Amino acid sequence: MALHNPGSSLPSAMAMVGEQWVLVEMVQALYEAPAYHLILEGILILWIIRLLFSKTYKLQERSDLTAKEKEELIEEWQPEPLVPPVSKDHPALNYNIVSGPPGHKIVVNGKECINFASFNFLGLLDNSRVKEAALASLKKYGVGTCGPRGFYGTFDVHLELEERLAKFMETEEAIIYSYGFATIASAIPAYSKRGDIIFVDRAACFAIQKGLQASRSDIKVFEHNDIAHLEYLLKEQEIEDQKNPRKARVTRRFIVVEGLYMNTGSICPLPELVKLKYKYKARIFLEESLSFGVLGEHGRGVTEHFGINIDDIDLISANMENSLASIGGFCCGRSFVIDHQRLSGQGYCFSASLPPLLAAAAIEALNIMEENPDIFQVLRKKCKQIHKALQGTYGLRVVGESFSPAFHLQLEESTGSRENDIKLLQRIVDQCMNRNIALTQAHYLEKEEKSLPPPSIRIVVTVEQTDKELDKAASTIKEAAQSILN
Amino acid sequence: MANPGGGTVCNGKLHNHQKQSNGSQSGNHKRNRIIRETQQNAKPYFYNKPFVESFEEVPMYAAIFTYLCYGIGTLFGYLRDFLRNHGIEKCSMAVERKEQKDFVPLYQDFENFYKRNIYMRIRDNWNRPICSVPGPTFDVMERVSDDYNWTFKFTGRIIQDVINVGSYNYLGFAENSNESLTTVRNVLKKYGVGMCSSRQEMGNTDKHEELEELVAQFLGVEAAMVFGMGFATNSMNIPALVGKGCLILSDELNHTSIILGARLSKATIRTFKHNNMQSLEKLLREAVIYGQPRSRRAWKKILILVEGIYSMEGSIVRLPEIIALKKKYKAYLYLDEAHSIGSLGPRGQGVVDYFGMDPYDVDVLMGTFTKSFGAAGGYIAGRKDLVDYLRVYSHGAVYATSMSAPIAEQTIRSMKSLMGLDGTTNGIQRIRQLAQNTRYFRNRLNEMGFIIYGNQESPVIPLLLYLPSKVAAFSRILLQRKIGVVVVGFPATPIIEARARFCMSSSHTREMLDTVLKEIDEVGNILRLKYSRHKKSARPELLDETSFELED
Repeated sequence: MALHNPGSSLPSAMAMVGEQWVLVEMVQALYEAPAYHLILEGILILWIIRLLFSKTYKLQERSDLTAKEKEELIEEWQPEPLVPPVSKDHPALNYNIVSGPPGHKIVVNGKECINFASFNFLGLLDNSRVKEAALASLKKYGVGTCGPRGFYGTFDVHLELEERLAKFMETEEAIIYSYGFATIASAIPAYSKRGDIIFVDRAACFAIQKGLQASRSDIKVFEHNDIAHLEYLLKEQEIEDQKNPRKARVTRRFIVVEGLYMNTGSICPLPELVKLKYKYKARIFLEESLSFGVLGEHGRGVTEHFGINIDDIDLISANMENSLASIGGFCCGRSFVIDHQRLSGQGYCFSASLPPLLAAAAIEALNIMEENPDIFQVLRKKCKQIHKALQGTYGLRVVGESFSPAFHLQLEESTGSRENDIKLLQRIVDQCMNRNIALTQAHYLEKEEKSLPPPSIRIVVTVEQTDKELDKAASTIKEAAQSILN
Repeated sequence: MANPGGGTVCNGKLHNHQKQSNGSQSGNHKRNRIIRETQQNAKPYFYNKPFVESFEEVPMYAAIFTYLCYGIGTLFGYLRDFLRNHGIEKCSMAVERKEQKDFVPLYQDFENFYKRNIYMRIRDNWNRPICSVPGPTFDVMERVSDDYNWTFKFTGRIIQDVINVGSYNYLGFAENSNESLTTVRNVLKKYGVGMCSSRQEMGNTDKHEELEELVAQFLGVEAAMVFGMGFATNSMNIPALVGKGCLILSDELNHTSIILGARLSKATIRTFKHNNMQSLEKLLREAVIYGQPRSRRAWKKILILVEGIYSMEGSIVRLPEIIALKKKYKAYLYLDEAHSIGSLGPRGQGVVDYFGMDPYDVDVLMGTFTKSFGAAGGYIAGRKDLVDYLRVYSHGAVYATSMSAPIAEQTIRSMKSLMGLDGTTNGIQRIRQLAQNTRYFRNRLNEMGFIIYGNQESPVIPLLLYLPSKVAAFSRILLQRKIGVVVVGFPATPIIEARARFCMSSSHTREMLDTVLKEIDEVGNILRLKYSRHKKSARPELLDETSFELED
């Protein structure tokens, strides 16, 4: 088309070169061409020029703010307060004040009580041997470690404790964390990443929920201890996987459960879970903070309780803050699994290590557990005793296994509002405290819990509670419930 | 010798800057510089003291060799993986149970490539077990490996009196003398170690109340709350403060615990360049003007997350500027003083004290007891309504076991010492000694020609090593010479900026520091670590560099 361009200055430029007979022909063609042709081509050329120079998209209505407008916006914006005000009589604001150690006998708000609230199952909190071991450690190491495990924060006691825990649990390896809450919350995201799938029990405790959230994996929740529902979800996933086998080959699957559930006091059906594990090839992570040092002949927890090979469980985690009455937590299992956390467990790598005196106390507590395996029988007997004694309490339902050292008393009939339920239960707790039985309600963050358990009083049984004290507690609670709920 | 990078061509802004000053435009440049300095002086309100911070560019040849080093390591890694996969080389790695071989692999192969082929070669430089107080010196348990670091065996020998420049024992409270620990011992005897309950249930003892009151008094604020673990203090409390519809502006080098807390909060997270106020202000302006993406609603609130001292860079937060910005844009400020509490400021009250600011200018003061106080745990302090809110809504108050009593007592005794409540000037002396040690050590390292990062008053002193092989060699040789150093490489630092990190302590004597410096000097010569292109009197250029950085 450009060859016919009448407006082009090329012909004259090129003609100066001389031998361009083509150009001459072109000019001739131009004269010979019909007028309509020229007009059409002229329009086309103009059209192209327009296309070239016009913007190809429509500008949206632009709303460029002027500097002044921006300043005004900045001036105008009022953020919400950092924290909303909390009323002075919020039930959770006024803590109980414990004077002295929270042992078997506890002084709460100035009143001496028998403790039915602290998870001191084996009574090791006030144990003189444990204290001696901690004192000896204090003398040698001082208090803090002043560093994470990687940077000179690994002490010989840490290695000893890990070895002892692995031996106690009969697993290849154990790893310790400096805080119970951070243990399972760090362990889950060390393995499960974005795109992986976690099947989790609806009643899972808060630390697990945080671990799931940190992992950013796909979460599938099955009803509490409902194996059929879990299998349904697994099957559903299997069908999904068949549609996209390439993706399925790299999608890890985990089942996360608790041994004894903190929120319900019930035990997980581990044998069925292990069957599902092999059927659907999903790994099991087991949180045993309540069952470690409680269930099983030697206190090894729920695997021993059911007589399950511990190697069938991929990862067991528990804190050392209940039975062992120290601080911290641990994970154990095969080295193939556990060792990975030494570089990938955030709460392990990036936190200061456990103060040696707490590790020494945990070692001594393990010694005591190994020396007195009867202690677990005693604990179970006491659990059953108070469990039985509390049956038929007016207006209250006992929730949890009869062998669980922590179980719940829930209202048989809710008043209709959670707030009033809590107030009612608190009156029972207060009356029991007045009669020297220290109790507490189970506390939850109502807005944060994935599935909020109903309000309850949590009863904790320890081996230090005598038969008489257990009976007294049961009768006090019954009387209080009778007088308040009637 | 002292300045191997001096004549080499290098890239980056510093180089351009220097070239300019050497070139024909030097007059022009000088004028610019004066303007810059006056600009800085025009804001005397920000800094009441010189703020000298330096991050010298990596010399080009060091960068090339570092990449080369990783390249060779990676090639060999592939080769050895090939050998391992074909059974030619014995593999010591733990393997999956045979019952679970048909499960989806727990780890993706490339995930562990770095660990297997690079970290494993130099693994002996981390997790070295010690068996004494982590004081100015400690005893390291000797270990050997006969399978290239896959497993270690203890020889049973103890390497005694290794000078400790690795632990965060800034004020020397990691100690075990009888008289210093009297109160801790008594508390341990009385309370035991465990708590077996959370703060809201049955784990709130008089010790916790006492500690909280003291922390508030120490920091000069209304109230404080303490938690059993420093890491968890961040990750359990940030989610209580912000949520959906809120914006978090986080320094790109913030600690993992802060990042985790931010992530758990479900708020939108944006990161700004490390300690870069222009970058922060840009984000703040955009956030306030344009609101949330898509919905265009205004943000509910904006929370700025920063640390006092950055533990890998040794830099100090530009607090006065951040406070000015947060006031201008009505954002809230969360300051993590994990490393700076105790170690900065004339009274050891951290970075707020260091700059002479009002503690209420910072909305949330967070810190840990692990470092300067030689204990464990963390705190959040500020106005009473903040702390009251956390008492009700913090994850840590409801679900986590409360702090062990003897650990709390250790914090109480060290804090009282800093406040002079023990009737001595011992605490204040420790703070002064730390500042002196820091200045001395930094100056000497600078003079020797090493590249040192960070603020001149920061007790965290990173020394750049660059090559991973030098990382290993530096740490091993120094341990042979009875000095325990921390070395850090990828992924804790950018891939080429592997470094050693010294942490000063007030308990280091001048002799110890001189010993350490002498050995570092020698090792620096052996390993050719003196990369710095600055002249020996580094001061004026450093100053210049700061103002240069300020401008872009």
